[in-house]
Amino acid sequence: MVIYGVALLAGCMLVGAFIGELIGLLIGIDANVGGVGISMLLLILVAAKGRASGRLRPISATGITFWSGIYIPIVVAMAASQNVVAAVRGGTAAVVAGVLAVVVSCALVPLLSRIGGERPPPLPDPDVEQGV
Amino acid sequence: MTQILDLLADVMSRYGLITAFAIVGITVWVSYQLSARLTRGKLHGSAIAIMLGLLAAYVGGVVTGGSRGIADLEVLAGIGLMGGGMLRDFAIIATAFGVDTRELARAGAAGVISLFTGVFVSFAIGATVAYAFGYTDPVSMTTIGGGAATYIVGPVTGAAIGASSDVIALSIAAGLIKSMLVMAGTPFVAPFIGLNNPRSAMIYGGLMGTTSGVAGGLAATDERLVPYGAMTATFYTGLGALLGPSVIFLFIRAIMG
Repeated sequence: MVIYGVALLAGCMLVGAFIGELIGLLIGIDANVGGVGISMLLLILVAAKGRASGRLRPISATGITFWSGIYIPIVVAMAASQNVVAAVRGGTAAVVAGVLAVVVSCALVPLLSRIGGERPPPLPDPDVEQGV
Repeated sequence: MTQILDLLADVMSRYGLITAFAIVGITVWVSYQLSARLTRGKLHGSAIAIMLGLLAAYVGGVVTGGSRGIADLEVLAGIGLMGGGMLRDFAIIATAFGVDTRELARAGAAGVISLFTGVFVSFAIGATVAYAFGYTDPVSMTTIGGGAATYIVGPVTGAAIGASSDVIALSIAAGLIKSMLVMAGTPFVAPFIGLNNPRSAMIYGGLMGTTSGVAGGLAATDERLVPYGAMTATFYTGLGALLGPSVIFLFIRAIMG
């Protein structure tokens, strides 16, 4: 059943969000610390077990892959509901700080990529157009 | 005629989320057509769609004077729900399905290092820029530094150490600039910084830290990189909010005397 996949995804998200809030509480900040990342790790673990044991049937998995596939449209909607005007009107100091932070961080990517041995090869070219 | 239009607007706002699905679907389709015809696929369709989204958000903000982009138009309020934190995080988590766990483990150390580097570097840059623009007290420097981390770290830090509201607003603006630049600019810099494999995506997420920026930017570059970048980026704001008002503020105060 498709709902099993959706429910599994929802369960991972709720548990992750709860742990993230808990970490925030423990270290004394009013923010969710890594909730989404923890949920992702949970999903990876649970889904791997489920597939290995045959409990997560392909039809149930579509309940997860649908949301993964709808990701880009959701990001487009996210972009369309950003406070772009506030960003543009923030003034020169805001623009310089934001732009410089991005430029310097970008420059550090190749440097840090050397950590952990040789740079891994790029992902293979997708032969089919990516699902959107 | 106005009656018909009113009726249409009524249906669109009553079925807000459904309207959003339809409008975003059309936008994505148009973007992929533009990508194929005007750029011969060189500029990814999703990159164009995200830029159109940002453009729409700007127009919406100017027209309505609100803070939620095009979603402040009542008939398009559903876009705010579709692109809001809940569904966005739900979809981001779903992308982890099919992640290569070996890649994740191999890039783990680099991811953690990039997180700390990203937070410290962003604070340093933000604080330096703040100083250059005449905000020379440690509270303002730290707060604007937080804004250069993310638009959440800035206000959280500022509130904790007692920054003035105009400085907090400035820090949010800096964070928004960063987020939007990452969203729209990632596909353009990707070839120059080797952003084409899971490990560099994790490092990119850790260095940039803006979840929305990284989520959008990697989607526009190569969808398969999204889970790796999002994984590290999601820890960034928490780390920044932890270090900003404490270690980093004390450090900046010590330097400034």
